[in-house]
This record gives sequence, structure tokens and C-alpha cells, in this order.
Amino acid sequence: MKQLELVQNTFQDDKIIDACSIFGIMDTIGTRFSGEDIVKAMALMHMRSNGLGGGFAIYGIYPEYAEQYAFHIMYTCQQGRDETELFLKNNFNVIYHEEIPTRQTAGITDPPSVWRYFLDVKDNGKVSEDDYIVSRIMEINTTIPDSFVFSSGKNMGVFKGVGYPEDIANYFCLDKYQGYLWTSHGRFPTNTRGWWGGTHPFSILDWTVVHNGEISSYGINRRYLEQFGYECTMQTDTEVIAYAIDLLVRKHHLPMNIVAKILAAPLWSSLERYPAEEQILLKTLRQVYGSLLLNGPFAVIIANTNEMIGLTDRIKLRPMIAATKENKLYLSSEESAIRLISPELDKVWYPAGGELVVGNLRHPPGKTLPESVGAQLIC
Amino acid sequence: MKSYLAPKFIIERDTERCINCKVCVNQCSFDSHYYDADDDKVKSRIGKCVGCHRCVLFCPTQALTVRENPLDYRANYNWSPEVIEDITKQAESGGVVLTGMGNDKSQRIYWDHLLLNASQVTNPSIDPLREPMELTTYLGRKPDKIDIDKQDPQSIKLKTELAPQVKLDVPVMFSAMSYGAVSINVHKSLARAAVEMGTLWNTGEGGLHPDLYKYGNNTIVQVASGRFGVQPSYLNIARVVEIKIGQGAKPGIGGHLPGEKVTAEVSSTRMIPHGTDALSPAPQHDIYSIEDLSQLIHALKEATNYTKPISVKIAAVHNSAAIASGMVRAGADIIVLDGFRGATGAAPKIIRENVGIPIELALASVDTRLRQEGIRNQASLVISGGIRNSGDVIKAIALGADAVNIGTAALVALGCRVCQQCHTGKCAWGICTSDLFLSKRLNPDIGARRAANLLRGWSHEIKDMLGGMGINAIESLRGNRLHLRGIDLTDTELEVLGVRMAGN
Repeated sequence: MKQLELVQNTFQDDKIIDACSIFGIMDTIGTRFSGEDIVKAMALMHMRSNGLGGGFAIYGIYPEYAEQYAFHIMYTCQQGRDETELFLKNNFNVIYHEEIPTRQTAGITDPPSVWRYFLDVKDNGKVSEDDYIVSRIMEINTTIPDSFVFSSGKNMGVFKGVGYPEDIANYFCLDKYQGYLWTSHGRFPTNTRGWWGGTHPFSILDWTVVHNGEISSYGINRRYLEQFGYECTMQTDTEVIAYAIDLLVRKHHLPMNIVAKILAAPLWSSLERYPAEEQILLKTLRQVYGSLLLNGPFAVIIANTNEMIGLTDRIKLRPMIAATKENKLYLSSEESAIRLISPELDKVWYPAGGELVVGNLRHPPGKTLPESVGAQLIC
Repeated sequence: MKSYLAPKFIIERDTERCINCKVCVNQCSFDSHYYDADDDKVKSRIGKCVGCHRCVLFCPTQALTVRENPLDYRANYNWSPEVIEDITKQAESGGVVLTGMGNDKSQRIYWDHLLLNASQVTNPSIDPLREPMELTTYLGRKPDKIDIDKQDPQSIKLKTELAPQVKLDVPVMFSAMSYGAVSINVHKSLARAAVEMGTLWNTGEGGLHPDLYKYGNNTIVQVASGRFGVQPSYLNIARVVEIKIGQGAKPGIGGHLPGEKVTAEVSSTRMIPHGTDALSPAPQHDIYSIEDLSQLIHALKEATNYTKPISVKIAAVHNSAAIASGMVRAGADIIVLDGFRGATGAAPKIIRENVGIPIELALASVDTRLRQEGIRNQASLVISGGIRNSGDVIKAIALGADAVNIGTAALVALGCRVCQQCHTGKCAWGICTSDLFLSKRLNPDIGARRAANLLRGWSHEIKDMLGGMGINAIESLRGNRLHLRGIDLTDTELEVLGVRMAGN
């Protein structure tokens, strides 16, 4: 399974055009639950994908290795695995590794082998651990053939491949895992037969993105990010969202509500409705980060250890609906998928274009919550 | 000496229609028409006409036709009529062949080999009549990141203060054309149009007439090698100060405004004696290297108290990319690249036709280089030189420009017929002349309306094309070369442009 696009495309600018179903559930007090519900919800939206890609991100999945970076790596040949494992051995302390268990599933053909590694950083030198991890991932993805890092965060994991989401879930035995935050994606690409690495969720460190849409500004978003050392290797416009968030949140230390104002910037004409000081802030954000404005139709669910975030383009050309039931926040392409698994909801609403929906864990999972602090939901 | 040059144009007068009203006699500044008192008839002279159409368009009875003189030479690809005539001119004058406007030769126009994308099915196109469509552009230096104060999450405070930024409502500005080269009414027309359309016009190197100080907020003032009209009030009234190193029509050489064009008003605006030649040296004599440029940039920033972006304009030449990178590092907030199609009031023909490179290629390589060095955000990139329509504008933006300048297109809006006689000072349209009788012909109210209309039309077209691509903000197209494809280009050309072959 050679990636022909990487070899033949001198400009390295292929993007995969696709439409999709997306779904996310988060328990905002951190209680873990199984994937049964999300798989049902995704199966209901079967029509929104075409069997060329499905995937899940699960947070809170590896409490026994919560302090280690959990790498999920896909191999398409034995040599790639040998080289990568040598590379990992040289750069990390491998605490534990195993092949991810799978079961035979009709509809999943020609799967690569997927392994997981729990890693401690040996010596990150002068750079931060996170930067060190990102550079090593870029190195594996661009220099070691037939190897690809699916996910790399702590106590989280991404499972994805070519197939319908419910088939992927069955293939990776997701019924056996528990997490407090699940996101999922069903894909309908319109060009190439997808390769396993190019499916969603796309992930870097503990950030994951599932995305429905096409980013018309991809060309410039990508060129902008390249200035900051991000190499877009996955031929999908979704990765620019993940890298943009990584840059803005992790490197530029901007809070998520500010990041939303960059990715889906308010219209110039609407600025005058903001208070004077905020006008200056919003204007400056757009002047400086205009090249990161995501243009074109999109709805995304972005997640990390503490948050699940929904965002659409500023004129909402792709659907997203949000709902809450007790401690749970749901985000979905279709309301029916939410109603299927939770017929009674406390609140259901259609976020406006460019409006952020955030589900936030007050405390990281695994720590006891003081009684007075419940889930915080900024809507 | 008998001239061996044949007339370029013949004028045909329909005597049935001609009413001998003498409009053509009064309108022609090249003496092509005259009144013969003996015959009581208006007649035309052969050999004077430059093809500017002034008489044709103002003849009240449409009695006049101007056509090229069909003088056939024996076919010879090497010794074309133009080559023969240039030699003839030089044999008769012993001088440099001068010309006006931009390069008119058939070198490849890359804009015509670039095609735009549009949305189909997977992505909705956006109708600018029904949805917001944003062309707002800010020129000026941008930092790599912004810092905010997050102490209180309820009220986020901005810690970063941006360098001065200039807002453009439409990413098209008017090119530098100096008073003296063009008439005061051209300046008035463009200044008013710029104010109306929320963009900028440029004084060129001949100073700013006191009557135009009121348009200062939409004015770029130039500091060029002659330093004409440069004084504190000139710098401080402007929105942007531009250092002119070179121009596309004549890279590497200076300028010469003949004394007869230096009228009283020109003299006071340029701050030189009445009737003396205004000489612009080829280099700026205080800039012999990049560190000298840096000093001038900072001197101008000091002089304007860091309130204005400083722009630096160069002609597009072979190593523009490296030069541009140096300019950004020297402190330029805006870089202007002028391609080899860029026009001029007067230039040696041999230079205009042989020096410099196409703006499309220069733009692509400069944008790529600045990005490779991670400094593209530190300066805005403006290009000019032969931009003909909104298609060229949007392609320039997709290649990586923040905005474009238009000179010839703006003059055509005012009436210019691109007859290339700018260097004669006799422009019958009152555009490229300081003759008071001629310059009166351009009414600045009408001129402003025509120039503003042009920008209005272009911005409608740009919005349509953007919407077609599924984009509703111009910054999402800027440098987004995925929306371009090339046709009839070699692999090397595609590589320099950073654009893929159509169908690929």
C-alpha cells in the first residue's frame, strides 16, 4: 500500500474532498462509558458515509498507562515495523507494546497491522516533551516508509480505517473499551480510495479532530503552518485544523474561545457590535492570523483531554447540532442520531455559524471532584 | 535632413459629414488637423497622427476615421518594421529612442496561462449578492503571534500592539505617477476615487500639491532618488511612505522631467526652480547597499514617529526574491514589486523592452522565498505592472499578493488610449502632460467617478469569483495557489509559479 500521492505529487498539496457524519459524546464529570451508544448513533447516519473511512477517538481509555504517551502506529509491511520499533527504542523508553486486538469483520479488507506503544521520553534535550513528540512523529511519518502514527496522546487513542464506522468499531473491538469522551467520523470521500492513515479522527498529541466538509482555504492554511514547521503529510484538509489548534493553543498559548475567533473569524461588518476593547482584539486577531481563517463549509468536533469543542464555518454550510442530558454533551451531524441513544434531552440547540460549543472537564479525569464543582458547560 | 520615417496613421475625413467646425483642430495636440482659410476648410496633415483617437471621439459628426498606414515591408522576421524604424529614428537624431507606457512586446503574459477554480457539488459556491463577501485587506507588518493577558478569563486583554496597519476596502490601489509627469487633474481624480473606494493612491516622486493634502489619509507619498517635494508635512500627511528604488518600465535607471514641464505649480510642488530639468538619479545616492536602505527606512519611521508603514518599491529583476528578503529584514513593512510590463511617463525603449522580468514569476518566487524564510507575515506584498482586469488581480492574490497597484488601467479609465506618447508631454487627453491648456480637459469630478467605477466593477467581479470558489474572505485566497491551474506552461514555469497543470 504505497502512498502514490506522496511520490507523484511534487507540490504535496493533494487534499481529499469529503462529506461526512460526525458525532461526539462527552461526560463532563469524567465518568467512563462504553462505545455502544456512539456506534449506534454512527450506524444511524450510515448514509452520510460510503465505506471509505470510519474512525473513533476515545479519551480515558488507558488509565493503567495514563502517564505514558500512547502511540498507535499503522504498518503496511514488516520492514516498516522493524525500522519504526528501532527508532522508538532509540528515542524512547518503551514501557509496553502490543498489537491492537482485532476481529475479522465483513467489509474490512486488506487492513494494515496496527500496534500500540506506551512510551516515556528518554531525553528531550532543550525542547519541551510535547515538541519532542511532535518532531518524532513528523520524522516517522515522513522518513520511515509504510509506517504511520495514528495517535500519540496520553490516556487516549484513535482507531480508524477504511470501512463504515460501525465496521471499524467491530474490527477494533471497541465494545471492550471505556472512555469519558468519544468522537467519531464516517467518511464520504469523492476521489481516491482512502488509505487508513488519511481517515479521521486526525490526531496530534492529545488533540483529535473529526471534520465534515471541505476547506477551501486549505492551500493558504497549509502554507502558513509550514512557516511554523508543520509538515502536512496526510493529504487531507483536516490535518490543518489539528495543526492550527496545536500552534495556537500549545505554542501561542491562546484560549480556545480566542482560537474559535481565528478559525471562524466574525465578519468585519459585525465587529462594530462588539465593545470597543473587544473590537481591537478581534481586529488584531484577524490581521495577524488571517491566513488561518478556515473558509469553506465545515463542521468539526475537536477534542483533547479536558474538552470537546464543536465549531462550524462562519456561515454554517455544514450541519451541527448540540444537546445536553445531565452531565453529557452531545454533538452530531443529525439530531436523530442523538435522539436514538438519548430520546429525552435537557437541551437541544443549533449553534450559529462560527459559534463555539465547549464541553469542559473541570478537573482532569482520575482525580476526585470536590462536590461543589460540577461539570462546566460553556455554550 | 529628410526623414525616412513613413506616417504611422492615416486620417480619413468624410467630407460629406465634416461641418468644418474645427473641433478636431482644437483637440489635436499633435497638429494633425488645421484650418485652411483659403479653402475655408478643415484639413488633416499626414505624418503627425499618433492614434490617440481624441479627434475621432470628439468629432460631433463622426466624420473622422484613423487607421494604421498600411505600409508593407518585405516580410522579415528579424528586420521587422519597428526595428527598421527605430534605427531610422536614431540615424536621424543620434539619440536614445524614448517611449511611454509599458512594454508592448509579445513576451508571455502568465495571467493568461493561469485559470481559477470553482466549487461544484462537494462545496457550495457562495452568492455575493446574498451572503457576506469580504475584501478588506490590511497592509503592514504583522507579528508571528499575539500575546494576551489571560489573568481574568472573563475579560481577555491584548498585550501585543501591532505596527501601523492600513485598511483597504478593495485590494487595488493606484500606482505611483508623479505630478509633472501626469497632470494635477489626474492626481485629483485618483485621490478622490481612492477616498470614495476606501483605497490608496500614490503621489509618485514629484511631491504632493498643497490642494491635495486633504486626501492625505488615502495617500502614499514617495521618497525617490530626486527627493522632490520631501518635507516634514509631506511625510506626516500621508498614510504610507514609500521609498522608490526602481520601477518596472526602467529598472536601474533614473528619470528626467524636462524643464518645459516644470511649470510654476510643478516647481513649487517639487521644490525645484521653475523651468529647470528635474533629474532623478539612477540610484538613491544614500542607498548603495541593503544596510543603507535600512537606515533610510528607520529615518523615515523616526520622522513620522512610527505611525506609518514604510513601503519599498523595486522593479522585478532576476534576484528579486533575495532582495525582497533583505528588504523585509531591513524593516520594510510593505514591499512593492513592479513587473516589466509596468508603465512609465518616459523611458528608453531599449530598456523598457529588455530589462526586468514578468511580475507573475517575480511575485511567485518572492512569496515562496519569504515563506521559506518564515518572514512573509512581516511585510505585505503589493505588485504592479500590467494588471488589466479583476481576473489578473485575483490571480495575483492567489499567487501570494496582498494587493495590487494599477497605473495604466486607471489612466485608461480616465480616457487614456495607450498611444504611448506620454514622453512627448502633448497628451491630448490631458493626462500625461503639464500643459495647462491640455490638462484642463480632464475634469477631476468625472475622472474620479470613472476611476471609482472601475474599482467598483472590479470588486463586484472579484466577489463573484471568490464566491464561486466557495470562499468568503479574500485572505483565504491570498497565497492559496491550489485555486490556480496552469495551461500551456512548461514544468519549470509551473514550478516557479508553484501551480499545478490544469487537469492535474
